[in-house]
Amino acid sequence: MDKNTNILIVDDYKTMLRIIRNLLKQLDFNNVDEASDGAEALTKLRAGNFGLVISDWNMEPMTGLDLLKEVRADARLKNLPFIMVTAESKTENVVAAKQAGVSNYIVKPFNAETLKEKIEKVMVHA
Amino acid sequence: MPETADVVEQVVRQVLTSINGDLTPTETLLLGELEALSGEIARAKREISALSIGDIKDSHIPVATDELDAVLAHTAEATNEILDCCEKLESLAPSLPEAPSGIVNDAVTRIYEACSFQDITGQRIAKVVTALKAIEGRLMRVTDRFGHAAPPPAEPVAITPETEGRALANGPQMPANASSQAEIDSLLASFD
Repeated sequence: MDKNTNILIVDDYKTMLRIIRNLLKQLDFNNVDEASDGAEALTKLRAGNFGLVISDWNMEPMTGLDLLKEVRADARLKNLPFIMVTAESKTENVVAAKQAGVSNYIVKPFNAETLKEKIEKVMVHA
Repeated sequence: MPETADVVEQVVRQVLTSINGDLTPTETLLLGELEALSGEIARAKREISALSIGDIKDSHIPVATDELDAVLAHTAEATNEILDCCEKLESLAPSLPEAPSGIVNDAVTRIYEACSFQDITGQRIAKVVTALKAIEGRLMRVTDRFGHAAPPPAEPVAITPETEGRALANGPQMPANASSQAEIDSLLASFD
């Protein structure tokens, strides 16, 4: 697992961005950028060179699921590992995310070990 | 378009004025029921008109939403204070001997995990505010139909198109209805 991977975290709650950034720092991931919704994330992803996206679902104007679909429809980004981290825990949400091509799915509230485990899993398959 | 109550009253009046000769027992019964229904509707109209709906719209609901916004602001502020402290502790950890350093780091990690409550409560409060506004809108429409002076609030205008992501964005579930991480992992594995 390359600890120098550029990671984009996407969440409309600044506190959550800060928590995930700090947890990533504990896992030795220091190349972390942030976006506050799907639209801003898409702009950053298209302009940058990221190796992993960790995104919330419930954001305006572009949700995490819609961001995921845009990523999978983009020729350059389509294989980008994408972890959804969300409070949306209904089966239909998980199924929709999987069908849209999510790499893994973490339900909030989560712990650091779960985040680590899912990152390791998607990075191995990247 | 006439409202249901007005239509019923109109029908009763029409039936009464169209009566010629003796009524059958069934017609008498029906007429009695219609008159009773008309009376009930008139009473309901009076009671609804007498409600202080303006207070709900102008005071109760704005105060409730302001209070909830304040709860969000205070918890965000407190959470950021906690995170500030954690970051300071974390920066000190490398200067500590190995064992206490590990204890500090573990404790800080657990505090980070716990602080995600602010996101979850924020989403729950947003759901409550949406519900309050929906109640307000429906109350105003009901009172407007019954001749209340206050106009109904404008329907919310959708500024962005509905997408699957937005349609499925319902926020946190109640604990009894929420899937656990293990259940989600199992569901994801079933696709492989």
